[in-house]
Amino acid sequence: MKAIVCVKQVPDTSGVVAVKEDGTMDRAAMATITNHDDLAAVEAALRIKDATGCKVVVVSMGPPPAEGMLRELLAMGCDEAVLVSAREFGGSDTYATSQILAAAIKKIGVEEDDVIFCGRQAIDGDTAQVGPQIAEKLHVPQVSYVAEITVEGKSVTVKRLLEDGYMTIKVATPCLLTCVKELNPARYMSVGGIMECYQKPLEVYNYETLKDDPLIDVDTIGLKGSPTNVYKSFSPPVKGAGMMLEGADKAAVDKLVGLLDEKHII
Amino acid sequence: MVLTEKQQMLRKLFRQFAETEFTDELLDRLEETGEFDRAIHDKMARCGFLGVKIPVEYGGQGGDSLAYAMMVEEFARVSPVLSIYANTSNSLGAGPLLYCGTEEQKRNYVIPVAKGEKILVFALTEPGAGSDAGGTLTSAVQAGDEFILNGRKTFISGAPFADYAVVYAKTDPSQKGSKGISMFLVDMKLPGVSCGKPEHKMGIVGYPTSDIILEDVHVHKSDLLGPLHKGFSTAMKTLDGGRLGMAAQAVGIAQGCLDASVKYAKERKQFGKPIAKFQAISFMLADMATEIEAARQLVYSTAVRKDAGDPESAKLCAMSKLYAAEMCNRAAYKAVQIHGGYGYIKEYKVERFYRDARITSIYEGTSQVQQMVISGSLLK
Repeated sequence: MKAIVCVKQVPDTSGVVAVKEDGTMDRAAMATITNHDDLAAVEAALRIKDATGCKVVVVSMGPPPAEGMLRELLAMGCDEAVLVSAREFGGSDTYATSQILAAAIKKIGVEEDDVIFCGRQAIDGDTAQVGPQIAEKLHVPQVSYVAEITVEGKSVTVKRLLEDGYMTIKVATPCLLTCVKELNPARYMSVGGIMECYQKPLEVYNYETLKDDPLIDVDTIGLKGSPTNVYKSFSPPVKGAGMMLEGADKAAVDKLVGLLDEKHII
Repeated sequence: MVLTEKQQMLRKLFRQFAETEFTDELLDRLEETGEFDRAIHDKMARCGFLGVKIPVEYGGQGGDSLAYAMMVEEFARVSPVLSIYANTSNSLGAGPLLYCGTEEQKRNYVIPVAKGEKILVFALTEPGAGSDAGGTLTSAVQAGDEFILNGRKTFISGAPFADYAVVYAKTDPSQKGSKGISMFLVDMKLPGVSCGKPEHKMGIVGYPTSDIILEDVHVHKSDLLGPLHKGFSTAMKTLDGGRLGMAAQAVGIAQGCLDASVKYAKERKQFGKPIAKFQAISFMLADMATEIEAARQLVYSTAVRKDAGDPESAKLCAMSKLYAAEMCNRAAYKAVQIHGGYGYIKEYKVERFYRDARITSIYEGTSQVQQMVISGSLLK
């Protein structure tokens, strides 16, 4: 078998979020990281590699600097990397992105006992749509919110997180799993891994590479092929000064609960 | 110096590891117990840090001196004592073996050291022979296939839990000073080998240091390291690399001091504004940052030139250690000063940095010995 892991390079939203004059996020001014859920997916694939010796291929769609992230994943122990990068792919929404990634995965080749991994969602777009849409386009079964994985031959048994519990699902391969970051903490790169990572194969798939796939069409990729378009972005209003409620009685508590309810906090 | 992508990736790994694994809880425990923490040592070993600059064929990672210096720097920035955990095997531990060990010695000793399975320490200093290492009194007398060692080594970092020690002993008493000294690999479990009690040190608490006492210790001649009577030059070569590591440690400690000081100066208010708004404070920060950067560039370029075989590298290593150690002490002084009264309290980490900084200008050659090396090279 082999594991194919879809990863995204995202701005680091844990620190200061840089905003441009027009209110949109200033991605160039922010540090980039590998999306947390995707790192959990990479770790899941690497653990299967540790146990079975399978090959792990990471694939990412993004601008050329995303190559740096892919090298880091190779330094963690992944075997091959594919960067899907072209002007034509820019501005894609989840539909177009999954269209392109599905084509890239077909190009890598999906065999009978392969497993495709994605993160649950990316911290920048927050949609959680791309994984399931790739599965649809590849016509493979999918399980989302995966928090535990056991591979047995041509099937995979996973624990799928629900709001109030979990379900155990057995799914035939090839299949696609979207992983939550709680699945497992990602390992460190190793010094030896960093020494070797520039010798490992990293292929770039551009428009030319993928254009013959029926999924790739001017009407299905990039900004033009996206059914949805972001019309406006703006920063949420900054919270004003705090409010003090007088009294330590039931009336004050009722007032507090009422205010929290009004803001949909409770 | 402009770092390559690979070097930046290495730095990112070292920083990520130190910031994640060197928790306050662990650092406080090291300080309270003073004991060696096997768990964090083994974790470093699993990540390959103990063999960063040891060749791949001897169980290491095949990195260069710059990778090693960056590791020690990034680790020391969070914990000066834990930087020593990863430093020993790479410098004083495997150094003498890689310089002059036989193929068999390298296989038997370097591989387990690089993987962190065994700990090998460097035993040169004696109660009467510190800066004047040529005054070594420990003796090794050949008797058939063995050498019989007698003497006492002092201030040996890691001795209480070491598996092996590289011991320097006088094999030819007729030769004066640094001549007639040989190097031996001594198994710490051999009869006649014992350790003194761990010293109570001012800083770098959590990496025990003690005497090694040798009483009629029989060492097989196959454990003679390098040529007979010519061990001293290997010690000096090993110390060049070690000095570079200690210079990197000093840069890391100073950077840790600066980071803490910048944060505190922005938070702490007096006279109605953050103390960073006062020039007396902000100028101290500017001086610290400038000196740190100067030391860092000296260390990095020395690392690259040393690997390239620059004939000046002994002098450059001494310059790196001298400047970085003295700079580190100045930075630690300023960091405590900026923190005011709180800087004198153990809960604030600059107090620990201040104590840890003090050793950097003493061990692996005092600042005065570095000045002797540098001036000696200028005036020869």
